[in-house]
Amino acid sequence: MNEDTILDVRGLNVRFRGNGRETAALRDVSFSIGRGRTLALVGESGSGKSVTSLALMGLLPPNGRIAAGTLAYRHRDGRVLELTELGEAERRRLRGVQMSMIFQEPMSSLNPLFTIGDQIGEMLFLHESMDAATRRKRTIEMLELVEIPGAARRMDSYPHELSGGMRQRVMIAMAMICKPSLLIADEPTTALDVTIQAQILDLMRQLQKDFGMSILFITHDMGVVAEMADDVAVMYAGGVVEQASVDALFNDTRHPYTKGLLASIPGPWRRRGDRLVPIPGSVPPLASLPPGCAFAPRCGYAEPRCREPVALTRKAPEHLAACILEGVEAP
Amino acid sequence: MTEPFIRIRNMTKTFGPSSDPVYAVNDVSFDIPKGSITGLVGESGSGKSTLGRSLLRLIEPTSGSTVFDGCDLNSLKAGDLRAMRQRMQMVFQDPVSSLNPRLSVEAIIAEGLVAHGIGSRRTRRDTVASLLEEVGLTADHMRRYPHEFSGGQRQRIGIARALALEPEFIVADESVSALDVSIQAQVLNLLLDLRERRNLTMLFIAHDLSVVDYLCDQVAVMYLGRLMEIGPAADIHERPRHPYTLALNSAIPMPRPGAARNREVLKGDIPSPMSPPSGCVFRTRCAHAREICASGIPSPVEVSPGHYSHCKRIEAIGEN
Repeated sequence: MNEDTILDVRGLNVRFRGNGRETAALRDVSFSIGRGRTLALVGESGSGKSVTSLALMGLLPPNGRIAAGTLAYRHRDGRVLELTELGEAERRRLRGVQMSMIFQEPMSSLNPLFTIGDQIGEMLFLHESMDAATRRKRTIEMLELVEIPGAARRMDSYPHELSGGMRQRVMIAMAMICKPSLLIADEPTTALDVTIQAQILDLMRQLQKDFGMSILFITHDMGVVAEMADDVAVMYAGGVVEQASVDALFNDTRHPYTKGLLASIPGPWRRRGDRLVPIPGSVPPLASLPPGCAFAPRCGYAEPRCREPVALTRKAPEHLAACILEGVEAP
Repeated sequence: MTEPFIRIRNMTKTFGPSSDPVYAVNDVSFDIPKGSITGLVGESGSGKSTLGRSLLRLIEPTSGSTVFDGCDLNSLKAGDLRAMRQRMQMVFQDPVSSLNPRLSVEAIIAEGLVAHGIGSRRTRRDTVASLLEEVGLTADHMRRYPHEFSGGQRQRIGIARALALEPEFIVADESVSALDVSIQAQVLNLLLDLRERRNLTMLFIAHDLSVVDYLCDQVAVMYLGRLMEIGPAADIHERPRHPYTLALNSAIPMPRPGAARNREVLKGDIPSPMSPPSGCVFRTRCAHAREICASGIPSPVEVSPGHYSHCKRIEAIGEN
């Protein structure tokens, strides 16, 4: 693993049990995240973005398991740890300290019975065994860093007393307080209004500058990808279909699905009166994926040989796509 | 000047005791021309859904009127309103909770026809079949139940139900917000096709300015229960003249890596409607606010034909 790589995922396969059989939720997912960089995992519902993040955190539900693959993580002390080989106690020492996570819905991730100060301070209590006065001081500093006005007073607020945007700031404070080297953000702004989303994205960029952490940013919004990501992996039906730097992904799109996504988004950059070009059909259920390329039944470029399995292949330096074509014309 | 198809005047809806009312919608007036799609945008808590429901009288407005094709809805008695409802329908945001899981698709779509005593069982079945085809499903879907469909398909069922009574006016409340982008584009194009085929008039409520800009002919922007700006969609998009619209526009993340980010990020959150700011309700988050903004509600200023901005500092806003 490269010196500057913080996380390297290779051939990750996750399967879920249910209805008496096992279904593949992730098929051979591979990517890596560089130190201080942001990788966006983008895709629609059911593409496997969230399952990927849960597998990384060791938080898969009881009916899910990692069937194959490696998750190499660079510890703060420089060692490379294989996450799949760690016991639960070791995972717990990493979780929230070196790898932390924020979720889409801050209200359901915060405990309604405790003040936000208690909940942020708990991280320090569990992981850094600090005394109460120091904890309080550190918590206030963190709340100030996430730009919560009147931080010392807000410490004693309960989650229901805060707006959606403020709650997401609290979640970010909680995730950042132990200065993790990897932050996994699962649709952190999807439930927020666009004006509040802009605030939170600005804040995350600022914190990344200050703390130098790497971010795995999970989103369905190509606009957010363009704003936040250095690198992008596009997922479809449990697999990565295209992977590139953010510039290459948008300006030299190689996979028909990525192209289709870009053609489906309305926005002020479009010519007025131009029709959107939707992707026909819908995502197939994971339990009954077509053979070969999972996107082929919805793809305008599909040919008979798309029924054969297709692997991620290099289309340009640092640009991978899982397609038999070399590329598709610009969207 | 001909009478507009739909005329909304001084629409106001309060909640709570009349001694201490909370204004969800406050004195909103605008017109919707026949065959056009008007977008209603604003953040959560701006009152856009309450306005949509008040003007159909799904909830009773506190004051104000909706004149629909020359008929004042607020003066109608229950029976007449019910008859009028055939001409106005609603499509909801959540295609899961708005479809009865125990009814077949046929029963869901035909429910309005049954309620209004239209057709026989056989002709209703034909109507349902042709509606399903019109929204991009097939006739044999009618025997199935909502859980057998994806989110996008359920939204199509909701649209077919709204069309069953051949309404002239549809209020669509966040009808594509819950859908994935590739599916959202399908449903947006379906709405455009339906408008054309049926000469529908629509009020499309959304928090996403991009979607509204794509779909609508006219856009109304609301904040904390009040109208901030209204005008032709192209004007609102290219020459917004209210600081709130400017801020909403600049908050849209652009799928263009490296696109210049000199946006006006709004500070703070929308204030509580229980204690709205005096004067212009937007002034507490407005970069252009001055002392005059603190007293008196801004009256609409017509900046170009049909384009009104409710801002006291209009001369400082958006002039190029």
